[in-house]
Amino acid sequence: MLNVLDSAVPVECWSCSIGQSTTTLFCPHCSKIQPPSGGNYFTVFSLTPHLNIDLAALETEFHRLSRKLHPDRFARATDQEKEWSLADTALLNDAYRTLKEPLRRTEYLLKLEGSEIGEEFAGKDKANPSRVPADLLEEVFELNMQLDEMRMARKVGEEDPALHASLTEAKNKFEAMVNDVDQDLRKEWTNWDQSDQTVRQSSQNKMVSLLDRRRYLSNLLRDVTETLGA
Amino acid sequence: MAEGRVVGIDLGTTNSLVAYMEGDAPVVIPGVDGSNLVPSVVALDPVPADGGRPTVTVGNTARKALIETPERVIYSVKRLMGRGLSEIQEELKYFPFRLADDVQAGEVPRIQLGEMRFTPPEISAYILRQLKRNAERFFGSPVTQAVITVPAYFNDAQRQATKDAGRMAGLEVLRLVNEPTAAALAYGLDRAKEGTIAVYDLGGGTFDISILKLRDGIFEVQSTNGDTHLGGDDIDNLLLAIALDEINAEHGIDLRLHPSAVQAVRKAAIEAKIQLSSEPSASFDIELPNGDRYQRVIPRDVYELMIEPILERTAGPCKQALADAGITPESIDEVVMVGGSTRIPAVRQLVDDLFHLAPRGKKPHVELNPDEVVALGAAVQADILAGASKTTEEILLLDVTPLSLGIEALGGTVARIIQRNSTIPASATEHFTTGVDGQTNVAIHVVQGERELAENCRSLARFDLKGIPPMSAGLPRIEVKFLIDADGILRVTAREQRSGKAAEIEVKPTYGLTDEQVEGMILDSFDHAEEDFAKRLLIEARNEADTILAAVDRAPSNPAWKLLSSEEQAAIARAKAYLIAVSGAPDPRVIRAATLALDQATRRFAELLMDAAVSTAIRGKTMESAGEELGDAVTAPHPMAAAEFK
Repeated sequence: MLNVLDSAVPVECWSCSIGQSTTTLFCPHCSKIQPPSGGNYFTVFSLTPHLNIDLAALETEFHRLSRKLHPDRFARATDQEKEWSLADTALLNDAYRTLKEPLRRTEYLLKLEGSEIGEEFAGKDKANPSRVPADLLEEVFELNMQLDEMRMARKVGEEDPALHASLTEAKNKFEAMVNDVDQDLRKEWTNWDQSDQTVRQSSQNKMVSLLDRRRYLSNLLRDVTETLGA
Repeated sequence: MAEGRVVGIDLGTTNSLVAYMEGDAPVVIPGVDGSNLVPSVVALDPVPADGGRPTVTVGNTARKALIETPERVIYSVKRLMGRGLSEIQEELKYFPFRLADDVQAGEVPRIQLGEMRFTPPEISAYILRQLKRNAERFFGSPVTQAVITVPAYFNDAQRQATKDAGRMAGLEVLRLVNEPTAAALAYGLDRAKEGTIAVYDLGGGTFDISILKLRDGIFEVQSTNGDTHLGGDDIDNLLLAIALDEINAEHGIDLRLHPSAVQAVRKAAIEAKIQLSSEPSASFDIELPNGDRYQRVIPRDVYELMIEPILERTAGPCKQALADAGITPESIDEVVMVGGSTRIPAVRQLVDDLFHLAPRGKKPHVELNPDEVVALGAAVQADILAGASKTTEEILLLDVTPLSLGIEALGGTVARIIQRNSTIPASATEHFTTGVDGQTNVAIHVVQGERELAENCRSLARFDLKGIPPMSAGLPRIEVKFLIDADGILRVTAREQRSGKAAEIEVKPTYGLTDEQVEGMILDSFDHAEEDFAKRLLIEARNEADTILAAVDRAPSNPAWKLLSSEEQAAIARAKAYLIAVSGAPDPRVIRAATLALDQATRRFAELLMDAAVSTAIRGKTMESAGEELGDAVTAPHPMAAAEFK
């Protein structure tokens, strides 16, 4: 799934020719920059895949690595080093952007573990968005009617205060649901981080469905907010 | 030590500047006329009598031609950079330039300037070349590397066009830096501090807002937003339109049919705008072609009502930037003001309101000259890139891409692959396959923007993945890597994974020049050659010497000469004799030193002339406009020669 990395894995440093056993962005011997090689967003930060992350430490490490890798540090280096700096920094930035944000981090880890999930699956299939969660069927039907009504009223320049109030109420309710999902997700993070492979599998499945539910709720919320704010 | 100097360039809509790091402080490099600002105006001189190629002039000299030969002058070209035909046509409604009549759809539009035609990057290249020359004259050595600033909200095509312009001017553009970020660098240099700052940059033609977090010397942009179509020009155009309409209504003259009259009214409008930043009112007084006068007083409160809709357009981007950074106005510790238009009191008030400054006992930062702060920051970034400087070794800029990158999906919708405000460099990898058996090509349409439909976004390029091994439909797996580099420019690479073959990509940029076209537009390749460079410096030095010598020759016939003491007259004679003696020397530095000595010796005489000139020829004008008329021609670099200007 993850093809952010080049497949070529160098066995030795291009500059000092000393072999490396682990993937690294710098040669541990001569400190020269290395091309990106095997690994994932977690290994960029020397982390094992996990979900409860110390964000302050992540930021500090991001800054430390940026200082060393950024293309600004290689403006007058060889073309080859410039290219590697660019590739390494893009990888570092992609990794930081993904890991610092809870939902992106969760999706990323799930994909890493083989689950099919994420915006690319939802986004590429707009004709068939996520299935409506069963417990919400009735409410969503009702809500869509109200949204249509509201849009129609707006078109002719009318405003029904009762409808507005009802939609606002629905909005608050869905917001609360999103919060509940987030709380459940956090519980699963700890569950996943602390467990063995069998428990992890069931935790993963739970997170996949929580994320599906969350995406569905967010889309709904966006529609309501847009209609209310129009 | 001058070897390999990197300069910072602010290529502005209205004015351009070049700066460098002198020790641990950035400094703007003045032009031959002593002015830090080079107006971003390019003019084509008349065709020479021998029928050769007309000379191109830049800056104040070019601006002067605006009234006499408006059809040979172009300004605000930044607004045309990286834009397509229809956008430029829209833009040109407000400017007196016209497109070349042979413009074809799909190519970079060219502007007709006199009998010649130029693409916007070529015009910008002339401005860059002038700045490059100013720096070379200042250092006495070639300058080949630069950092150039661009509005943060510039898209891929506008950035690429700016880089192309650099190359045409003989400059290796080491980095494009976003203007608000550069301004933050200029402000942040002398204060080791932490916090969140907003940079509000309202220039001549563009508006940017950036929110940055400062920590341990790292300037990390959180979000950016803006409008590449909003600035002081809009105020000028508004005042101009009102005046033209009133003139038409009151005097029955449609000045729009008289380009040079329009330029005169535009000049008056700009002067009124500047005056209204410090005075309670400004007045127009323009003589019309039929001898009538158009007179009008604009009180500041009326003016503020008129420009309110323009200024209000900056509020939306500010709010969006705050929302994207996930913060409230109260979280902003400092606001930095950039761009000449932030001198307008109503703009400062708006910023105060937007970021709740006054209630928190804060004021926006205006300590650094808003016209120079971007260039100063560019010089800081140039120093960072040059490396090996103690002042900047701890500083690092982490900027973001202002617009989301997406691919057109089925049904014309956009699949976002890199979100706006992602730290750059940033990358995304996507997989594509074929829809028909044996298909060997896949076309990808890349767009930039936030809208849902591709047709509403900015088309960046169409990539044609070729050479896919013939397979059953859906079997090939083409991995395409999109990478936005540190300049905010997209690069794409592709590989067919099943066969392991690197797929060939043909890129058709929607807007922009091909590499070969840029190559063909390089202004003067001799600029690179050391020998020619030395020759040029020598010619310039001799020209300067000739100019001042000619002025000194005329001096004794001027009544002011008698006011000098005999010692002063003798000193001038000595300096003159020395300059004549060395004017044939092969070293431009010797000639320039002698020129400078003569200039020093004649300083008092120049002052006397200035007094006389101010009290007669240019009476009633502000010092600013007097200065404008006095010292700008390249051939009149000295106060003395300048004062002779009639």
